[in-house]
Amino acid sequence: MKQKPIAILLNGIIKENPTFVLLLGMCPTLGTTTSAANGLGMGLATLFVLACSNAAISALRNLIPDKVRIPTFIVVIATFVTLLEMLMKAYVPALYASLGLFIPLIVVNCIVLARAEAFASKNTVFDSTLDGVGIGMGFTLALTLLGSVRELLGTGKLFNLTFFPENYGILIFVLAPGAFIALGYLIALINRLNRKQA
Amino acid sequence: MIYITLFLAAVFVNNIVLSQFLGICPFLGVSKKIETALGMSGAVAFVLTLSTIVTWLVQDLLLTPFHLEFLQTITFILIIASLVQLLEIILKKMVPSLYQALGVFLPLISTNCAILGVAILVVQKEFNLIESTVFALSTAIGFGFALLIFAGLREQLSLTRIPKAMQGMPIALIVAGLLSMAFMGFAGIA
Repeated sequence: MKQKPIAILLNGIIKENPTFVLLLGMCPTLGTTTSAANGLGMGLATLFVLACSNAAISALRNLIPDKVRIPTFIVVIATFVTLLEMLMKAYVPALYASLGLFIPLIVVNCIVLARAEAFASKNTVFDSTLDGVGIGMGFTLALTLLGSVRELLGTGKLFNLTFFPENYGILIFVLAPGAFIALGYLIALINRLNRKQA
Repeated sequence: MIYITLFLAAVFVNNIVLSQFLGICPFLGVSKKIETALGMSGAVAFVLTLSTIVTWLVQDLLLTPFHLEFLQTITFILIIASLVQLLEIILKKMVPSLYQALGVFLPLISTNCAILGVAILVVQKEFNLIESTVFALSTAIGFGFALLIFAGLREQLSLTRIPKAMQGMPIALIVAGLLSMAFMGFAGIA
């Protein structure tokens, strides 16, 4: 099955959106989206790891013995995560501090391993990189959307723009329960829209 | 006394799933039936405690003295993955009945972010070995506690009529949100 590059890219953003359709990688989705900027930062960090690890794994796909492929994938992914950790610590320390534990936890994000296994181990380097970027963009989009909803409802702000005074914000949306509830309604909304199209 | 505070904080106040957002995948994935939830909690308790002890020792005896802290992520994930594999082999040989009960859940555990999360957390919080063990065990109990309540709720949910678009994951997430709100009531006890 030969796909056009643009189709691979769009596939990750819409048809196989990791958060809304595949429901993978829920921990960072819920844990880091207290604001739109944090969601965006986490999404981009994951995009970087996805694209790099997909490219590396696909380049090595004929060298990796089938039996030890999962541990090998994990080592490759962990390498890029460590790289990312160092880069973020050096260049964006504020974002690194606010995302905290969730940066090293990209290693165990199911999306990264799932794409390595399902796509990168079977396709060319170029296609795999594109797939990583596409899925990463889908993830970034979902996280930014969820972060925006939570930040707007919780504090009345969005990317430092004030929409309504903070006193009218529903604080619960910035706290833990709001994450579950906002994501639940977002997925329900997308289910509804998808059904209409079909 | 400090251990009791540590225990209460990890189980109720900072519940790993409902307020820290770690281990959401198994929380949503294996919570459709109470029996599977029980099996998963058992497996997590076992691996979480064991892996935290091992990673703590490795951090203290190898990584810190040789200034290799930057290798933490890679080392820890490899330890966890091999530990899970090892456990699977040992249990299969020595305690087949336990293997039967936990069997299918063990491989899933290596990608449970609660395990790696706790291993990194105890290093960040600079706990000693006993504190780390207590913390890991309490966290696992908190995980099991939340998972069991949630599984019970979902068994009830499967019998109710729900709008089409809300079926499955959306309603489960909203229920989890309400549960998390209930757990916020524990804030301040420890």
